Amino acid sequence: MSDALNELKSLIEMKQEDAVRHCNVANGELTVHVVPAAIPAFVEFLRVDPNCLFTQMMDITGADYPERPKRFELIYHFLSMRHNMRIRVKADLVDGEIAPSITSIHSSANWFERETFDMYGILFSGHPDLRRLLTDYGFTGHPLRKDFPTSGYLEMYYDETEKRCVYRPVSLVQEYRQFDFMSPWEGAEYILPGDEKVEAK
Amino acid sequence: MMDGSNTPGPKSVRNFSLNFGPQHPSAHGVLRMVLELDGEIVERADPHVGLLHRGTEKLMESRTYLQNIPYFDRLDYVAPMNQEHAFCLAIEKLTGAEVPRRGSLIRVLFCEIGRIQNHLLNVGSQGMDVGAMTPNVWAFEEREKLMIFYERACGARLHANYFRPGGVHQDLPQKLIEDIEAWTHTFPQVLDDMANLLTENRIFKQRNVDIGIVTEQMALDFAMTGVMLRSSGVAWDLRRAQPYECYDEFEFQIPIGKNGDCYDRYLMRMAEMRESIKIIQQAVVKLNECIGGDVMQRGKLSPPKRSEMKTSMEALIHHFKLYSEGFHVPAGEIYAAVEAPKGEFAVFLVADGSNRPYKVKIRAPGYAHLAAMDHMGTGHQLADIAALIGSMDVVFGEIDR
Repeated sequence: MSDALNELKSLIEMKQEDAVRHCNVANGELTVHVVPAAIPAFVEFLRVDPNCLFTQMMDITGADYPERPKRFELIYHFLSMRHNMRIRVKADLVDGEIAPSITSIHSSANWFERETFDMYGILFSGHPDLRRLLTDYGFTGHPLRKDFPTSGYLEMYYDETEKRCVYRPVSLVQEYRQFDFMSPWEGAEYILPGDEKVEAK
Repeated sequence: MMDGSNTPGPKSVRNFSLNFGPQHPSAHGVLRMVLELDGEIVERADPHVGLLHRGTEKLMESRTYLQNIPYFDRLDYVAPMNQEHAFCLAIEKLTGAEVPRRGSLIRVLFCEIGRIQNHLLNVGSQGMDVGAMTPNVWAFEEREKLMIFYERACGARLHANYFRPGGVHQDLPQKLIEDIEAWTHTFPQVLDDMANLLTENRIFKQRNVDIGIVTEQMALDFAMTGVMLRSSGVAWDLRRAQPYECYDEFEFQIPIGKNGDCYDRYLMRMAEMRESIKIIQQAVVKLNECIGGDVMQRGKLSPPKRSEMKTSMEALIHHFKLYSEGFHVPAGEIYAAVEAPKGEFAVFLVADGSNRPYKVKIRAPGYAHLAAMDHMGTGHQLADIAALIGSMDVVFGEIDR
């Protein structure tokens, strides 16, 4: 399996050297990093090249790495039934950068791109209908970004006086706890309340 | 004629927008679909999903791997264990854990039970969507028996939390294996009864034959998998094409459709249930050959034996650390896919070497199918939409996540 992947890797590197940044095979999977602007051409190449024939676009998602200069990774997964292979295509994007849509090549990209926009705020140019998909009507923010709190900003409840559902800022009865289970010598630093007084003396 | 004008000739007709759901019984959950109708004909279908969105992927980022397994039961709640399977496979691929033989067989056994559960519900409700009440009731009776098998294996009827990275949580009692075996001999009769009511039923055929045709090109374009893809004549099943677990040693057929319509998909699901019974029977024979074998890889991923904890300090520490800190998964990325009853269910896992996943993406088969709704539904009658949703086999737990 990995022989075939390595062959495919060198073939892609040779035929698409302008688009490809670098490729690697890890855990029995081929990952290709490409230039964002070259995504549609590269995907089309993957679809029609007789050695690739990645005719199914299985999944699009993003990943957020706030510490990187190019914060977002846009991740595509393709499946080739003919060759029984999978490939992962990645592109790095800065916040606010617009990625080209591939809906004209794979219709399945439609909802996956909508979801990626919804969850990460990555915009796609040329998408026919880039609306939010999974979140509430009128939702603001992009939940899967690392700086979005798990509890969110708004909560909905039924207001007895107004006799309808209304929104209000999230008020947690108990603070949202993020437990740190790491060993004390490799995990977080534990600063107990009152510890700062030791320094003051 | 409502306006009272009796002049002959063309009338000004306006299109109708209709909200289908979210509380419509044949919307199979909480699907809200805005349909644009020209008379009875659907001109545009715009599914609004996300009414059951619980933010599973976000929640998973702040919990340990073990704590995340129950979330998978709540995705496709019709066949819970198949989802857990994908997540466990992803972790096993990254950690290099090897599942012992008995554990692997139990997984196959319960994945196939899950497949039957799913298809029973789907065939029954597809019948009910077009007006047949009885098969659904019969199907639910069998589902109940299967849920009792779930309960006897792991203590829960639906939210199993039974598969673990490295195997399954507990061994099965021998009596349960015998009962499952006995059930596989009574179940085909129920399938025959259901088929008697549906397969040649005139109304059922009128409502399903040539409705919602999926062509091969369309199936590939919309990334359809599972029964939807196979109904168009493409022989593709991950259990065969990319065998995981020990599916490569089982003998079973993969039903392929010819016309790609709703009726074909019904027939295929019936046939798949019969194949699943074969797999279950083979798994039972194989399980009886390895009685007493371990069901879980013993090591960092799994808890120590209770008896060991009574005497060994290390075992006690291990137990405590496993259930508080959890195990660490080496940094890496993996895409693990299984053939869930609805199609390819996959988990894309990004691990950063800590005890929690950095990112998880759940690829649900129903999501891609529902995305094709606009394309498939356009041009059909309003009543066909119900049949179409029924045969698409959508469950909103997995679509909305």
